[in-house]
Amino acid sequence: MKRLVFIAPLVILAAIIVAFAAGLQRDPAILPSQLLDQPLPAFALASVEPGRAGFGSATLRGRPVLLNVWASWCAACKVEHPELLAMNAAGVPIFGLVWKDQAAAAVAVLTTSGNPYRATGDDADGRTGINLGVTGAPETFVVDAHGRVRYKQVGPITRDIWMNTLSPLMTKLRAEA
Amino acid sequence: MIRPTIFAVLLFGLGIPAMAVLPNEQLSDPRQEARARAISRGLRCVVCQNQSIDDSDAWLARDLRVIVRERIHAGATDAQARDFVVRRYGNYVLLTPPVEAGTLALWLGPLGFVTAGAIAAVLTLRRRRSVAPPPLTAAEAARVETLLDKP
Repeated sequence: MKRLVFIAPLVILAAIIVAFAAGLQRDPAILPSQLLDQPLPAFALASVEPGRAGFGSATLRGRPVLLNVWASWCAACKVEHPELLAMNAAGVPIFGLVWKDQAAAAVAVLTTSGNPYRATGDDADGRTGINLGVTGAPETFVVDAHGRVRYKQVGPITRDIWMNTLSPLMTKLRAEA
Repeated sequence: MIRPTIFAVLLFGLGIPAMAVLPNEQLSDPRQEARARAISRGLRCVVCQNQSIDDSDAWLARDLRVIVRERIHAGATDAQARDFVVRRYGNYVLLTPPVEAGTLALWLGPLGFVTAGAIAAVLTLRRRRSVAPPPLTAAEAARVETLLDKP
């Protein structure tokens, strides 16, 4: 009993240290998506590119796709842009939701830096983004063949994230479909 | 004299405390506006996470303030307007977390610590009282006497 009085506080302290240390590894800016395993909310957006078709939640069904939220004003989006181009060249279907941006500015980025998107959608007032629970750009949703969100990547996609997280998940989803 | 006074009164009447809510966002019905402000004060801005959307200048906070007002204007109850945002961003946006399984430690933790401390204090005090020092032996008593007698 007497020994317990000395050991118990140490055990509790150790447990608290472990819990806090684990908490420090978490980035509080990354919120878990409320849409995980849920169907995308219905939306239909016009393209930012003149003369091209936009896309909507219905367009994204049928095969696993990536839904990338970006804008011309977003610096981190420029960081991931080359990676998206490479992924598109490798045949990954990526749809670009242009979030709170001016269509002309977004098109200028696509003309000068290349266009990795199967289609773009103009979300100028950001309402579709809010319905998707977007907290900033870039964010990328992995959407399965049934139009359900299976993963959300917050922040730019790096080679490492693509190779180790997104690509294996896409392969798994293609097998499911 | 009267005219400057009227002017001053009007000027003070126009003065509003510095805040992020822009005049063009506000609802014309002051009762609805008051409800919207109360809801906004309880919703976390997901961009600048320790501010409420009522305090924040971030775009997203502004958009969410407008959405809360649209809901209220469309006849939603306070709970419905709040739920609209929670469904999209999760319970994390509530600055007062709801009592549920995942937050029980948060709500009951302090009470648990105080209770544990009180129990420990009572046990320690009770033990201290019960363990009275054993009576002095004759030799010890004699020594105490000599020590006390020393001037």
